[in-house]
Amino acid sequence: MRYLPLSDTDRADMLSAIGVASIDDLFADLPAEKRLAMLPKLPPHASEQAVARRLGTMAAKNTPAGSVPFFIGAGAYRHHVPATVDHLIQRSEFLTSYTPYQPEIAQGTLQVLFEFQTQVARLTGMEVANASMYDGSTGLAEAVLMAHRVTKRDKAVLSGGVHPHYRGVVETVTRFPGHTVESLPPDLSGTEDILAAIDETTSCVVVQSPSFYGHLYDLRPVAEKAHAVGALLIAVFTEVVSLGLIEPPGAQGADIVVGEGQSLGNPLSFGGPYVGLFATRQKYVRQMPGRLCGETVDADGRRSFVLTLSTREQHIRREKATSNICTNAGLCSLAFSIHLTLLGGAGLTKLARLNHANAVKLADALAALPGVELLNRTFFNEFALRLPKNASVLVETLAARGILAGVPASRLEPNRPELENVLVVAATEVNTDDDRAALTAALKEALA
Amino acid sequence: MTMNNVGRPTAPVIPGAAAAASTFTGNQGLAIEEPLLFEVGRPDASGVDFDDVDAFESRLGGLGRTAPVDLPGLTEPETMRHYVRLSRQNYAIDLGLYPLGSCTMKHNPRLNEAMARLPGFGDVHPLQPLSTVSGAVELIAELGRWLLELAGMASVAMSPKAGAHGEMCGMATIKAAIVDRGEARDVVLVPESAHGTNPASAAQLGFRVVGVPARADGTVDPEEVRKRLGPDVAAIMLTNPNTCGLFERDIVEIAEAVHAAGAYFYADGANFNAIVGKVRPGDLGVDAMHINLHKTFSTPHGGGGPGAGPVVLSDRLAPYAPVPFVRFDKDGTAEFVETRKAAGERELKPFGRITAFHGQMGMFVRALAYMLSHGADGLKQASEDAVLAANYVKARLKDVMSVAFPERPAMHEVLFDDHFLEGTGVTTLDFAKAMIDEGFHPMTMYFPLVVHGALLIEPTESESKASLDQFIGTLRHLAEKARAGDVAAFKAAPHLAPRRRVDETLAARQPKLVYQG
Repeated sequence: MRYLPLSDTDRADMLSAIGVASIDDLFADLPAEKRLAMLPKLPPHASEQAVARRLGTMAAKNTPAGSVPFFIGAGAYRHHVPATVDHLIQRSEFLTSYTPYQPEIAQGTLQVLFEFQTQVARLTGMEVANASMYDGSTGLAEAVLMAHRVTKRDKAVLSGGVHPHYRGVVETVTRFPGHTVESLPPDLSGTEDILAAIDETTSCVVVQSPSFYGHLYDLRPVAEKAHAVGALLIAVFTEVVSLGLIEPPGAQGADIVVGEGQSLGNPLSFGGPYVGLFATRQKYVRQMPGRLCGETVDADGRRSFVLTLSTREQHIRREKATSNICTNAGLCSLAFSIHLTLLGGAGLTKLARLNHANAVKLADALAALPGVELLNRTFFNEFALRLPKNASVLVETLAARGILAGVPASRLEPNRPELENVLVVAATEVNTDDDRAALTAALKEALA
Repeated sequence: MTMNNVGRPTAPVIPGAAAAASTFTGNQGLAIEEPLLFEVGRPDASGVDFDDVDAFESRLGGLGRTAPVDLPGLTEPETMRHYVRLSRQNYAIDLGLYPLGSCTMKHNPRLNEAMARLPGFGDVHPLQPLSTVSGAVELIAELGRWLLELAGMASVAMSPKAGAHGEMCGMATIKAAIVDRGEARDVVLVPESAHGTNPASAAQLGFRVVGVPARADGTVDPEEVRKRLGPDVAAIMLTNPNTCGLFERDIVEIAEAVHAAGAYFYADGANFNAIVGKVRPGDLGVDAMHINLHKTFSTPHGGGGPGAGPVVLSDRLAPYAPVPFVRFDKDGTAEFVETRKAAGERELKPFGRITAFHGQMGMFVRALAYMLSHGADGLKQASEDAVLAANYVKARLKDVMSVAFPERPAMHEVLFDDHFLEGTGVTTLDFAKAMIDEGFHPMTMYFPLVVHGALLIEPTESESKASLDQFIGTLRHLAEKARAGDVAAFKAAPHLAPRRRVDETLAARQPKLVYQG
């Protein structure tokens, strides 16, 4: 077995040093009648070649996004990731290290986390950020729980533009402790009146911009109303590249900003692992969930970094901890940070502009098709269309022709027949003129 | 002409002088200091080139940025150097033995990295039409099948993103089952040796946590559990092998008592690496257990994540598992169930959704590659080697260090207390920091809380005997050095790491969490 260094001679020598006759003596505390001789339903060990062949066959049954005209977004986006990123995150010292609990031999990871926190805070226009969450959706759920702790209220108001899966995660984690979630109906037109839903019992208002349907929301009036009644504004995004072009939520009055960072540095990977971004105001830092890295000095007075404020966390506070989250998205946050370093502020804005331009071209082309209605007055790189036919059926038809056209809203909102003809379409810098022409022509034909 | 066969000197001219040398740059040879990105980057520098964009009509509706993004960039060569230099300040499993108890720092095979990067896995979107991702669904189903077989359970929830997320998922499943029974049980029993996330996860779901003390030999007494069971108890959360590195030998009796009281048995699977292929949690009476793919099945820890924590479930809990999940028809065909509506149509009662998509696919590919490589025989051998290594370390150190629970065989990790340091002035922390100078990552310190000054060593199956012997020799040397009274050297350790001892108190008192310039 290529991964196991001990030889049979080593094993015999070690057993003898321990003073037992056989390996089974070391398992003596396992109930004898429950011990296994072998696992009959599983195959024996296999060579690297054999494993690669087996998994390669499975992988080949899937259609990679990069092999076709591809317009799917809805919470995960295909972007070009510079080759440098994947090379660097595979450095042994990043890939195969643990959580930096011994700061003297983990300054690499710790400095990266400090830089990541600073990047996220600046990008979102906030004062502090944590070292990342599992993903955007779990980050949002933690943000809502944090708002409940801060305001000592337990009712969250969710915009109808919030990603349905994110809403689902919030509903799950708040239901068990008996909190309330008021979710507005899907906001297809981007014109909902969320202000009317905010009152003195509201803990937090959650607005996603760009929304699941692509609309951009002005957060300032929401922040004003929320603050007037003592509630917090939680701003969410699923497409972090949008912050290259859009006024950051921090500048619009948000108290907590959470989002999905997958777009930078991380592949689609069928849904994970991704990286949740979480930023807030300095005054709430002790209520913030997740791991934090802080600056300090070593015994020689040299600048150093270390995990800090661990008194909020489970290994000290146990059932009184601010959250049960123990890990962050380490390597995914590293990939995010490297990609953002390669871009720089100016590069991120160029990337965002390219995305927006491609989306505008595509939206205009598709909206010109007979019977197709563009539902957005505003959008960044994603928008919603109302089609004259069932969107799920059309998506399957186009997939059969080798075009991945978008996400039917009904896939995420199965209980809402009014969404059956709604298609959510994303365009990024990876799409070419030919890709757009192929989608436009194929959709036209499918609708004819 | 005769060749000069003396050559250049290969040893330092003045022994010991190298480490003390003062340099103009502050660098020490290959140990190169790296400033913060914000000190070396420039706002207009970039390592990415873009095509020009033709003029177009913006659709941002007046919500565009009013100020440029305040982030420095670096060109590609500068980026490479920045991160490579930082990487060299980290310890890693690829550099040496990493004996962190309860963390299972084993070798991360690179085949697994290559497989996760196949375009058919790495470049597929979670919301692609299912007709275009049948191989991805097949992979999730196949990994699930392996997990169920190894755990002896009925069903698996694949979406939890880490161990603690798995705990939350498993306990939510239990809560849903209890609510469905029309009951209001709200107490969860948690032994005091449990990892801190156990009580935190239970509390987050609105459960009340009641502790269970450990008995003198480090395991849970079934009588203490029985005393606390009652109509208000929803579940017990037990780690087995426990955090003292011991197998809870009364586990079957505990499970029977828990079930008889109408409660469920949650097992924390953090230490599954000790028993894979030896015994199945399902056969021991476990109802729910998360499996840390990043521990037992070698997906890389990546400096603190991403993890992956699928939860295996008993028959009784299976209907309540969260969406999405893969379900098998009677003929064995895998079906991907994504919504509560679809689940309801199949008469299942999922408690909800715990993450946006399907879980940590990238980790699933790596874990399955690991399992296929080992096979049933290799997985069992790995567990045996892990347990053998821990007991070997215990046997070779028991005369110079103090084994916390010497009576029982250790499982995959062995717990020491600080009794052997008594009177020396050296603490567990000092001892750990001295290991750094010897080229080792310290063991887990001060956990579990059930013994004083805990040192928890988990060598894993990835170490050769030579590596274990060097590690043992080092600890013997340090234990003897501590007893010889060389306290000052310990207090000042580490001397040879990229940093001397770091001031954690200062960091917490005046938190500086972002660069202020």
